[in-house]
Amino acid sequence: MKEMIQEIIQYRHLLYMLSWRDIKIRYKQTVMGFLWAIFMPALIVLAGLVVRKAMSVLSGKPVEMSELVSVMVKALPWAFFIGTIRFATNSLVGNTSLVTKIYFPREVFPLSAVLANLFDFAISFLALVIVFVVFRVEVTLHALWFLPLTLLLVIMTAGFGMILSCANLFFRDVKYIVEVVVTFAIFFTPVFYEAKAFGKWETVLMLNPVGTILESMSLAIVHHRSPDPFWLSYASLWAFGGFLLSWYVFHRSEHLFAENI
Amino acid sequence: MSDIVLRFDQIWKKFRRGEQMHDSLRDLIPSIAKKLFRLRRHEELRDKEFWAIKDVTFQLERGEALGIIGANGAGKSTALKLLSGILRPDRGTISVSGRLSALIEVGAGFHPDLTGRENIYLNGAILGMKRKEMDRKLDEIVAFSELSEFLDTPVKRYSSGMYARLGFSVAAHVDPDILLVDEVLSVGDWAFQRKCLEKMEAFVKKGVTIIFISHNLQAVANLCSRALLLRKGSVVESGPPGQVIRRYLSEAVSSARGDVRDRTIWIESVSIVDEAGKEADFFTAGDKASVIIDVRSNVREDALAVTLDFVNGDNLSVFNTSSERLGHGVFAVTPGASKIFRYGISLHLVEGSFFLRVEVKNYRVERSYDLLFPAASIFVRSEKGIKGTANLYPVFREEDAQRATDTLEIRQT
Repeated sequence: MKEMIQEIIQYRHLLYMLSWRDIKIRYKQTVMGFLWAIFMPALIVLAGLVVRKAMSVLSGKPVEMSELVSVMVKALPWAFFIGTIRFATNSLVGNTSLVTKIYFPREVFPLSAVLANLFDFAISFLALVIVFVVFRVEVTLHALWFLPLTLLLVIMTAGFGMILSCANLFFRDVKYIVEVVVTFAIFFTPVFYEAKAFGKWETVLMLNPVGTILESMSLAIVHHRSPDPFWLSYASLWAFGGFLLSWYVFHRSEHLFAENI
Repeated sequence: MSDIVLRFDQIWKKFRRGEQMHDSLRDLIPSIAKKLFRLRRHEELRDKEFWAIKDVTFQLERGEALGIIGANGAGKSTALKLLSGILRPDRGTISVSGRLSALIEVGAGFHPDLTGRENIYLNGAILGMKRKEMDRKLDEIVAFSELSEFLDTPVKRYSSGMYARLGFSVAAHVDPDILLVDEVLSVGDWAFQRKCLEKMEAFVKKGVTIIFISHNLQAVANLCSRALLLRKGSVVESGPPGQVIRRYLSEAVSSARGDVRDRTIWIESVSIVDEAGKEADFFTAGDKASVIIDVRSNVREDALAVTLDFVNGDNLSVFNTSSERLGHGVFAVTPGASKIFRYGISLHLVEGSFFLRVEVKNYRVERSYDLLFPAASIFVRSEKGIKGTANLYPVFREEDAQRATDTLEIRQT
């Protein structure tokens, strides 16, 4: 364990460089360049707002401002999550020449996918702050919960990313499964709606650890309340436990990568 | 105690032939679990598996340069991949002390959409350099690659030669303790290849430990203090480069030929003998030798010629002649004939290895009956250390300064 961490620290420069490369090439030869980092999540938010409006028309209840803000707050981390998972799953296979030719800890690939997407997330988050300022959305100190919750999400995403990239290396089926799950997961995750809306089914929805984190974020920023300690511990367990387990599996299978890719 | 920086101890590594398929999901899950948790190591071969590296042992002291040669698929690159940690051996232990840098493939980490400059930084990081280190070395790297004009062009617009040059330039500026080089000299134009070789020589002089894989036997002979011959994963010969190269060449000759029985006219055997008439493959420049060619025939043919060609390590023909051109005229064979020809030659060659190419053909209609390449190989040592392609028999002395000026003046008038 200590060795694994040391190795990552030793290769941190490579981690930065690969993340930087991923960020850089994503917007190469595009007219909009880095603006895409704002447009893409903005489109998701827009879709969320439309869905929200449609739901209110159906149910006959008017849309509240807080619900719209909640959609915005949850859509951005969600975009980060699915973007990273898609990207990380392919991160080893997409770098075949490096995996088979040069040695360094392979964790760098999924982790750099996380960092690159985190960069996009940071940019879109800044845009969100501007929106908040312009529309004078009220926030309290509870909003600070956003940071540890983001950290939790990042760790959880990194865990998923590592195990999926590793699995995809051995079985390319994984990337198709991931694609399907990621596309439809928005229906099972409280992004465009709130878990509460499902009444007694709320608990089932909250079992989805990503949903738990998103709901806690919305709770902290929009409803000015601290996250529920039970659900917070539940999400942390997923994040840290999942991260360590997948790091372990990843590390143990690392030496098989070059032969099996 | 000697200063051993690298130890490769009884290494075994197996690979699987064909596609890796699992029969069903039921087999697959336990097999993954076993792999992950290494419940036991499979030391015996299973279906479709073979040993890519079989009980290979060697060690290197600080500052030594080891050349590894062998036919394609002999396990050379696998050995380097094991050393650099990309692959893990099934048996045996590897220990390395110091910063190890592997030029397994130049430019492996390049991204086509990034510019030359960005790729230099990226590749530097992949090879283990820090950003500050790269900042310091950037100018040097760019100067070495001679690509300063194209530094801000994405490398996808580079020619393959430019691509390889940039790759080698970055890799050559890592400060390694141990350098693993896998056939990277076959890139770039002639001038750049020279530059790469010089760079490698400079590494050797600086005391960097090097493992060098190449099919350029000349480079191996010049650069390395020791060589290793691999065949099908095992060490066949190890020792001074000259000796190992000779062994390799003689094996290459004997395995190069298929069955000749279905030919109508064929070369039964070719041998090179020294002045004493003994078969030899090691000569000193200037030695006399003879090439003896045994030609057999099943048909009647009355316009045959035998050509002889010496090719050097760079695949360049350094000498070519034929019986016809030597004024012998053509010769005729009848079915069942066996003819023996002798070419007397003087080996005024430079230092290096040379391969003999022998061809029997109908001179008039340019029909080739049999071609043997390499028919034989020799290694020539030059006492004066003459290198290059041709021996111009240099004589060196210092001229009287006054006389030299006189000559100049005469020329001007």
